[in-house]
Amino acid sequence: MTFWLLAPIMVAAALGILFVRKAVHAALLLAVVMISLAVLYAVLDAPFLFAVQIIVYTGAILMLFLFVMMLIGVDASDSTVETIRGQRVMAVVLGLLFGTVLVVGISQVTFGAVVGLDEANAGGNVPAIANILFSKYVFAFEATSALLITAALGAMVLAHRERLTPKLGQADLAAQRMRDYAEHGKHLGPLPSPGVYARHNAVDTPALLPDGTAAESSVSRVLAARGTVRSAPALADDIDDVRRQIGGLDGHSDPTTMPETSGKAGAPAHTEEDVQKGEEK
Amino acid sequence: MNLLSQSVLRAAEGTEIPVVAPDAGAGGVFDLLWLVIALPLLGAFLLLGVAPFLKGSLKEAVDKHGHLLGTATSVASFVLSLVLFVSLLGRGEEERQIGQQLWTWFETATISVGMDLLYDPLAALFLLLITGVGSLIHVYAIGYMEHDPRRRRFFGYLNLFVAAMLTLILSANFVGLFLGWEGVGLASYLLIGFWQHKPSAAAAAKKAFVINRVGDIGLSLAIALMFATFGTTDFAAVSEVAGEADQGTLNALGLLLLLGACGKSAQVPLQAWLLDAMEGPTPVSALIHAATMVTAGVYLVVRSNFIYELTPVAQTAVVVVATVTLLWGAILGCAKDDIKKALAGSTMSQIGYMMLAAGLGPAGYPYAIFHLLTHGFFKANMFLGAGSVMHGMNDDVDMRHYGALRKAMPVTFLTFAMGYLAIIGFPGFSGFWSKDRIIETALAENLFVGLLALLGAGITAFYMTRLMLMTFFTEKRWAKDVHPHESPKVMTFPLIVLAALSVLGGVLLLGDWIKKWLEPVTGTVEHHEPPLPAIVITLIITAVVAIGVAAAWFLVGRREIPREAPQDVSFATRAARADLYGDAINDAVVVRPGASLVGGLATFDRVGVDGAVEGGSAAVGGLSSTLRRVQNGFVRSYALSLLAGALLVVLALLAVNLG
Amino acid sequence: MTQYIVLSAILFTIGCVGVLTRRNAIVVFMCVELMLNACNLAFVAFAKQHGNLDGQITAFFVMVVAAAEVVIGLAIIMTIFRTRRSASVDDASLLKY
Repeated sequence: MTFWLLAPIMVAAALGILFVRKAVHAALLLAVVMISLAVLYAVLDAPFLFAVQIIVYTGAILMLFLFVMMLIGVDASDSTVETIRGQRVMAVVLGLLFGTVLVVGISQVTFGAVVGLDEANAGGNVPAIANILFSKYVFAFEATSALLITAALGAMVLAHRERLTPKLGQADLAAQRMRDYAEHGKHLGPLPSPGVYARHNAVDTPALLPDGTAAESSVSRVLAARGTVRSAPALADDIDDVRRQIGGLDGHSDPTTMPETSGKAGAPAHTEEDVQKGEEK
Repeated sequence: MNLLSQSVLRAAEGTEIPVVAPDAGAGGVFDLLWLVIALPLLGAFLLLGVAPFLKGSLKEAVDKHGHLLGTATSVASFVLSLVLFVSLLGRGEEERQIGQQLWTWFETATISVGMDLLYDPLAALFLLLITGVGSLIHVYAIGYMEHDPRRRRFFGYLNLFVAAMLTLILSANFVGLFLGWEGVGLASYLLIGFWQHKPSAAAAAKKAFVINRVGDIGLSLAIALMFATFGTTDFAAVSEVAGEADQGTLNALGLLLLLGACGKSAQVPLQAWLLDAMEGPTPVSALIHAATMVTAGVYLVVRSNFIYELTPVAQTAVVVVATVTLLWGAILGCAKDDIKKALAGSTMSQIGYMMLAAGLGPAGYPYAIFHLLTHGFFKANMFLGAGSVMHGMNDDVDMRHYGALRKAMPVTFLTFAMGYLAIIGFPGFSGFWSKDRIIETALAENLFVGLLALLGAGITAFYMTRLMLMTFFTEKRWAKDVHPHESPKVMTFPLIVLAALSVLGGVLLLGDWIKKWLEPVTGTVEHHEPPLPAIVITLIITAVVAIGVAAAWFLVGRREIPREAPQDVSFATRAARADLYGDAINDAVVVRPGASLVGGLATFDRVGVDGAVEGGSAAVGGLSSTLRRVQNGFVRSYALSLLAGALLVVLALLAVNLG
Repeated sequence: MTQYIVLSAILFTIGCVGVLTRRNAIVVFMCVELMLNACNLAFVAFAKQHGNLDGQITAFFVMVVAAAEVVIGLAIIMTIFRTRRSASVDDASLLKY
């Protein structure tokens, strides 16, 4: 019953791997297949493999896939255009033939009565597997350990990138800063924090310099690139709102006399016009 | 062939083929036999092998005086030969075969070839001829090559030739003979092409070399056949067991040896190289291409008498070849205006006489050798005389530019005249005795061949008289800047000696001495009586010669001789001038079919073989470059093939297990 | 028991086709994991069929090996991504004719 429930799901998921364009979707579909397989293992009296399948395959290997996918770009998706002439047609034809032949062949075979694992699993499946693994297959087991170590080493070697320039230490970095200052006049100290002297001290609000202009370097470049830096006029409205509520002012106070709002003009400014507009207000 | 052989030669019953049985322990002066070869070989080694590596003044001295060393070794060799000859004379008739075993040349499980020497009456005569005439020609060449910057090398080559020729003569087996045979071929090639800056000389050398190789194939096959049949090539062993071989083998041996002899002795059909060989310096023409090397074929036939006596077929072939050649050469001699080529045609013809005699069996062998000796004298004499004339005429060889030289160079004229009288067979001169005996023997053996030989004698008289008249008599036709003068003494001295020998060479026949002398080698035979008494034959020959001389006198001596050869001549003259189309025949029969065959093979190789190979490789290459597209670098494509393979495996499994 | 094996075969085939058609290296890897899991299911099913725990042990080993494989595979993907800024298996196609 379980089988007939899971089999269509597995086949459908497997076929899905063939057709989805995004690799992430394929990975998720594969996870479906694998978990279903784990269930089938349980059905087939293999509780140890059931656990291993979920832990090792679905848990470790599949996550490794996803991890790599993150590294090389989640968005990467196959184009649907086949580059090798005839490859897709031939693959489908041969695949269908192969599958048909296999299925037909298998269905011609009579397996006889199922022996069942009740006897073998009498003392529990895991001890039984351990018994065999550490007796009959102990050499193969040891060999797999060597294989795994080799694989780990190999992965490290492959992923290793040769350093082409010497690693910069703290002293080197400090010296570099001093050199930049001497040659290009680059600011020596740390970058200004966002929100200093501004009406707002959120990370998306640039700090104001003493002359009232905005210090653009105080905002993360990522935010600037996304265009989510707060603009001064919007803030001014907010501030006016607050003022009205607390002081009943007319809303047209002189910015220069009010130190709290002195940043209003320059804070959000991206351009010269913005600044002027703010001052007019 | 059997019918023909019977018709040409009378049956050789009563012939006793002598077995070569050298006496290895003769001792005394005969132990120095090897020195005869070693001396000129040493000279050649010093002049060719050592001298080029010398430096400075020593090299200059060697270049300046090297010829003296070359001459000295040759003369020393001659003196030693003379001593050996006298020693041999002093031995009993049965003990005149001296062997000397130097070392084992090479040895296999079944055959062993020794570096053995054989000194017998035949070799003794050759030794005297080669070292004697050779020494005289060395002396002559001192003067003739005086202004040649490469004189040292020339004498080195001459010494090399003498050493090789002596090896050929003295070797006690066919392999050693072949060594010398190839050695003289090499020396001949080097000396014909001595003036290698002349393309004609280089071509002539090449031609001589190539045609000689054709003959050498015959000789080497004969040697191989001997190894296969008798397991040895020693003259002694082969002469002992030759009779046990079957007739077919013997015929093949005889014909193969004849092929070798044809190549070396310029007999038809391998005659074409001899006339071109006159491109070499005149001493070379005299020594190699008149007196010695070209007679090696005759030596080979006479030496192999123990084979030829057993194979009438080959003997018949020898006679036929010889008869054709003696007429062929004589006809060439009639038409040539180049004095050396006329003499070369005459050489060919005279060697034809020798071969004819050699082909007639034991009755002819002594006369073949006798004529060979006398010819060696008078032909060397005439060649050197021709060289002397050329020397005086600024190296012009065209007889049409000579005329009336008898006064300008009296010594040359007189010595040349002795040679002339000898070759036409003027009674009393050496050639008279030798040629007379050959024709007589030929008439006794076969009337037809005899008559042809007689005709040849008449033609010989004609062309030699023509040569004589055009050169020394008639009016002057010299070029303007030519001032004929007598040659230096160093050149005329050999002429005088050779002229004397040309006159007196006949003494060898006194009391049939040469016949008896050679009997241990050539064997005895019951003498066939000629159809007419000997004296009548001699008279007839003399008459024919007189007719030839008279014809020349009326056709050449009495007429004006144009400086340029007239072109509107009869077909026969044209043919003779073109060497009786010998080159054309070679071209048509061998060269052109060979060239087309090779061309065809080359085309087949290029189109067929290369096409198959390169086409195959191109096909594989093309297939590969198509197939390699499968390796497109896409992992997924590979995986697809993998899946296809897996599918096949599963299908196979299913087919096996369920099927 | 046949139904488990058939399911295993179907999942395996789907994994195969996924490997062949998807180009994102991570998804290809997931499909490989799917194939491994399909095999595991067959192993566990056969263990029950034959009443013998060897199948389960094998499945356990397969999991271990799969873990090792994923670690290395993902490290390789990371390295490639770092240099080529791409996780497509088709981009790594220089080793060819």
